[in-house]
Amino acid sequence: MVHLTAEEKAAVSSLQGKVKVDVVGGEALGRLLVVYPWTQRFFDSFGDLSSPDAIMSNRKVKAHGKKVVNSLINGLKNLDNLKGAFAKLSELHCDKLHVDPENFKLLGNVLVCVLARHFGKEFTPQVQAVFQKVLAGVANALAHKYH
Amino acid sequence: MSLTKAERTVILSMWDKISTQADAIGTQALERLFASYPQTKTYFPHFDLHPGSAHLRMHGAKVVAALGEAVKSIDNIGGALAKLSELHAYILRVDPVNFKLLSHCLLVTVASHFPADFTADAHTAWDKFLSIVSAVLTEKYR
Repeated sequence: MVHLTAEEKAAVSSLQGKVKVDVVGGEALGRLLVVYPWTQRFFDSFGDLSSPDAIMSNRKVKAHGKKVVNSLINGLKNLDNLKGAFAKLSELHCDKLHVDPENFKLLGNVLVCVLARHFGKEFTPQVQAVFQKVLAGVANALAHKYH
Repeated sequence: MSLTKAERTVILSMWDKISTQADAIGTQALERLFASYPQTKTYFPHFDLHPGSAHLRMHGAKVVAALGEAVKSIDNIGGALAKLSELHAYILRVDPVNFKLLSHCLLVTVASHFPADFTADAHTAWDKFLSIVSAVLTEKYR
């Protein structure tokens, strides 16, 4: 459960409304694969990941990035019960995808960098702090069903 | 882990731009650190940590100046930061986990100030560089 003040919720909504989901999602996932190349281990079926340019322009990376960010946005509607909202996805990431939860933190932080890049000054320390809180909550929720 | 030639070039060229706003960037990185990770404030009980405080500006400038030294001697960061390494090991004893937190906040600050320059390649180069700096600073811990 993530507790946000009314002000913090407003900050999130405001940025969320302006986020270009396809662009931000694809860029975040792409950067994860470029900056932390060992994360490519989960994406053997994605085709050409042989260079930063190949990764950033890869259609499957963009599509999957968009999926991930859409899922995050859905999560934002359930801040009172993130564990419930992400229970099925948590089971999927553990049982089928076998993703080390450390990767949720890595992707969350890359996403923060991407948001900073897109929003510049508007992505103030206070706004960043709210996003870090929410993303940490989501990462915990996604790891919750691991066994 | 060491920097490729290409990564060194990226860092050197971006540093020219960064150094023109060095103090502001250092200060903002610290503001981000304390806002997102309040536990890091425990290392600064003697500071006024309100945004814009003289302490923050002074310390932010110090941090970025040290990074500048590392950039200047990018082929020998261990040598450039030897004294700081000892300071962190024997006097400051900042828990190693915090270097990742500050590194992340530095990346976010650079990304927000230089969106066009902060390409995926630059992101990688800076992340690696800051990891190396962090490793040097914690090298003598035990």
